[in-house]
Amino acid sequence: MRLRFATLFALASAVLIMLGFPASATPASPSPSPAVAVPTGTSEPAPVTGPAIRVRLIDEAKKDAAGDPVPVPGVTVRVADTASGDPIGEGVSNDMGVAAIAIPGRGDYTVTLDTKTLPAGVKLTGTKELKVSVKLDMGQNVAFPLNRTEVKTTARSQQLISATVGGIKFGLIMALAALGLSLIFGTTGLTNFAHGELVALGAIVAWAFNVLLGIPLVLAAVLSVIVGGFFGWIQDRGLWRPLRHRGTGVIAMMIVSIGFGIALRNVFQYLFGASTKPYAEWTRQSKSTYLGVFNLADKEIGIILVSILVIALTTFALAKSRLGKAMRAVSDNPALSASSGLRVDGVISNVWILGAALSALSGVLLGINSQVNFMMGYQLLLLIFAAVTLGGLGTIWGAIIGSLIIGIMMEVGPMFGVPTSIKEVAPMAVLIIILLVRPQGILGKAQRVG
Amino acid sequence: MDFGTIIDAAFSAALGPEAIVFALAAIGLNIHFGYTGLLNFGQAGFMAVGAYGLAVSVVTFDLPFWLGITIALIAPIGLALLLGIPTLRLRADYLAIVTIAAAEILRLIFGSAEMVDTFGGSNGLSGFAQPYQDLNPFSSGLDLGFVSFSRSVLWSTVVGWALVLLCVLITWLLMRSPWGRVLRSIREDEDAVRSLGKNVFAYKMQALILGGIFGGIAGLYLALKQASVVPSDYSTNITFFAYTALLLGGAARVWGPVIGAMIFWFLMSGISAILGQLTNGPDPLLPTWVLTSTEVSLVRFVLVGIGLMLLMVFRPQGIFGDRREIAIDAR
Amino acid sequence: MPANTTGTTSAFEGVAHEPGSPKNDPIVIGDNIVRTFGGLKAVDVAHVEIQRGAITALIGPNGAGKTTLFNLLTGFDVPDDGTWSFNGTPLQRKAAFKVARLGMVRTFQLTKVLAKLTVIENMRLGATSQVGENFFAALFKPLWAKQEDDITARADELLKRFKLDAKREDFAGSMSGGQRKLLEMARALMADPELIMLDEPMAGVNPALKQSLLGHVKSLRDEGRTVLFVEHDMDMVRDISDWVIVMAQGQIVAEGTPESVMKDPRVIDAYLGAHHDVDLDEVEESPEHLELHGETHD
Repeated sequence: MRLRFATLFALASAVLIMLGFPASATPASPSPSPAVAVPTGTSEPAPVTGPAIRVRLIDEAKKDAAGDPVPVPGVTVRVADTASGDPIGEGVSNDMGVAAIAIPGRGDYTVTLDTKTLPAGVKLTGTKELKVSVKLDMGQNVAFPLNRTEVKTTARSQQLISATVGGIKFGLIMALAALGLSLIFGTTGLTNFAHGELVALGAIVAWAFNVLLGIPLVLAAVLSVIVGGFFGWIQDRGLWRPLRHRGTGVIAMMIVSIGFGIALRNVFQYLFGASTKPYAEWTRQSKSTYLGVFNLADKEIGIILVSILVIALTTFALAKSRLGKAMRAVSDNPALSASSGLRVDGVISNVWILGAALSALSGVLLGINSQVNFMMGYQLLLLIFAAVTLGGLGTIWGAIIGSLIIGIMMEVGPMFGVPTSIKEVAPMAVLIIILLVRPQGILGKAQRVG
Repeated sequence: MDFGTIIDAAFSAALGPEAIVFALAAIGLNIHFGYTGLLNFGQAGFMAVGAYGLAVSVVTFDLPFWLGITIALIAPIGLALLLGIPTLRLRADYLAIVTIAAAEILRLIFGSAEMVDTFGGSNGLSGFAQPYQDLNPFSSGLDLGFVSFSRSVLWSTVVGWALVLLCVLITWLLMRSPWGRVLRSIREDEDAVRSLGKNVFAYKMQALILGGIFGGIAGLYLALKQASVVPSDYSTNITFFAYTALLLGGAARVWGPVIGAMIFWFLMSGISAILGQLTNGPDPLLPTWVLTSTEVSLVRFVLVGIGLMLLMVFRPQGIFGDRREIAIDAR
Repeated sequence: MPANTTGTTSAFEGVAHEPGSPKNDPIVIGDNIVRTFGGLKAVDVAHVEIQRGAITALIGPNGAGKTTLFNLLTGFDVPDDGTWSFNGTPLQRKAAFKVARLGMVRTFQLTKVLAKLTVIENMRLGATSQVGENFFAALFKPLWAKQEDDITARADELLKRFKLDAKREDFAGSMSGGQRKLLEMARALMADPELIMLDEPMAGVNPALKQSLLGHVKSLRDEGRTVLFVEHDMDMVRDISDWVIVMAQGQIVAEGTPESVMKDPRVIDAYLGAHHDVDLDEVEESPEHLELHGETHD
């Protein structure tokens, strides 16, 4: 793995040299760094070998120093055959909160928790009897929820607030990438099916800097955004600008972007592997309560603040700066802009740098929020399309508002009957409906649709 | 290097069910994109409703096999109507985004844990293809040296090529007719066609339905051949690969998608076999830090992606096409 | 075909030379047609009538709303308000293809030939009521082969008349701008329209072709068809039109015979603003492509 990244760095350096850049700017070989062991919090194997039912008891209300729930020892659990009612055995949970009861093999069992043996202050949430159908030879793991408060006892309004905040967070992450897509679409007319790969690239590059090279994540994120912007620039120079100059149509370019996306995704998988990996820092999940109602982890606060800040800066800059004005001119009428002395190619280059850098940042934040995977960009792509279409293709505020709506819809949807495992369906369905009733999107102009 | 194995793998894929599935899907895309200019990026969705149309009918609802086949052929019509009514009046790239989203929605629903009783979740459904297997008249497989098929694959190959021929025949009959002329004209300029009194929306819808049915047949055939349906078989990549095959053979040509699918699978399978041999064994020819045997498919897909880009840029008319005839680069 | 085949100025006997004047035998009648683009009234026509069997020219400065009016009448654009009829059939909110089927066929300012189809295929497409354009009938050639032969014969005749027969098997995209204009007109004639609406038939046509094009337009009237055309070429307007309608800023500002309209101070105003001293003939030299930004909404 490291060898591959080293090769990649060497190749990138070679490219930079050929382009006339100082190669010293890129690290030539990665310095050794200790592999980061992520504390998992799982217990040592229960003291029973062979087929067994292992019951895990943890106090979900109490957290240890690492932020993980603490095990509950000394609780008695009994296992009986469900069909006959014959007792099979009983066990007491150890220091890891695990009780293992040997069973004869596959079959249906009833697991009962003796509530009298629970320590003071620990209450069973839900039923004390579980029906377990053991289908594997090695047995089965079960758990009784103890002191679980949030889910069962949280008011619906509280749930709604959490889901909305989660949705806003996701929407903000998405808005960064959607802004990138929308800017590039606005100035070049390219519906970029390889845009998700800009997001994945950001996450993966930050991971390489952070985990392989041991650079602190904040610095790795900054570097990743720079690399992302550079990749956007080089992508435009090496691919899209020559195509524009050839007079390639937007649909042909769209198909080219599909091919590019397929190639990039597989290169990412080759370099990064197929598994999902965390960053070395900012992995803590534990949440604190803010303002009495918002339950957020530190990293989530960070994600929200960073995205809001960057989005505000970007929109402000686009509204005020020369680049912003030039971009609007180019997206309104490229031919006229060119004939009135605007360097259209230069403007588009800048748009690519900005768009790709924003998308890379989106990838880093997404990687911090969940984890890093080579497919993460592609999985986000359709949601970004939905957001951008919803808000109005090619409009800056449309991309932001669309993303927030899609984000909230995705997180709140499950509370209103959308199956959780397919919560992405709701935004995509909205995408289709929006095209039916208002194809230009919320903020788009009607004439754009043709 | 064992070139015999490589050649056998390449030809068997190019002449076998792999190429047939893609040929059928690409014939449908040829109607959509090649002739009518409709950017359907959801062919995987049409394939999925064809496949699940049969599987759900037979497995979940215990309907007879042939009724299931009928449902599988009707389901794509419903999907085409559902997608076409909102989007066929809009700009071309909207259809692209809506069809890709619809295909993903279908795949997510078919694989969802909540609807596992109906669609079988991520493991899919099986046990519906027995009547199809029972019809197999062959008693043994076939080995011609450069191609080899087992008994069941031989049967699927024969059925598959018959289906391909049927679809090609229908395409040929239609495209030489005034109906086909209207379609090609819509691809060039719909307003001109409208100004001559043709109902462009109706023609686009007919094209979407016809190509969708061909896609449904592709999915149905895949389901029968594998005797199971799995949601991951109907991912959007399938659509993109079918586009690659179509562009390879030449869009808007009757045999284009068929030839394209054969070349596509000949190369895919051949490259796989070569790389497989290079990475095989305890001391492979390629060092494992460069490539391991499990990563062979990645190289294939990188090549597919680059191939699609190069085709679109340098030969949008396909390997055998005539540049004057295909108008993709004009928009 | 209607009886009035002579179709000269006699058809306009007693018709007032004023905006929206009623005609003796109108084929198109429009009322209160309004179309706004972002607050700007592109078309605001209170009343308009088009005389049957005559050649009517629609003129006006760039941005006057001529093409927009064309688009509205033929169903390629939707008005904010207004009613209009063709042969007594109300047309408002009718789809473009239905308008064409009624016998009101248009061409486009920017020619819309089907570049990757051959000239003869372009022509065949123009024919209406083709059996082979039905999906199921298309599968069986015997059902439409005979009709296709008839259509081809008619197409060849028209191609010969428009001197395009040498190009029969060429791709339409390989033709010059003037030839495309001719092809588009010939293709529209394949639909055998009662009213043919030509949007700038002379734009981009070289002088050698212009004369024959004029002859073709006149012969359309002589066949008994009604012609309505938008044009900047004042020679053409003077030479062939029986009646002229002048638009400015979305409204009809004057109507009359070519001679009377060219002298109308309102027309000179509309065209030239303050520059009264400039002769109208120089107007045509104003670059036509400027119009592309202002008026093309199709």
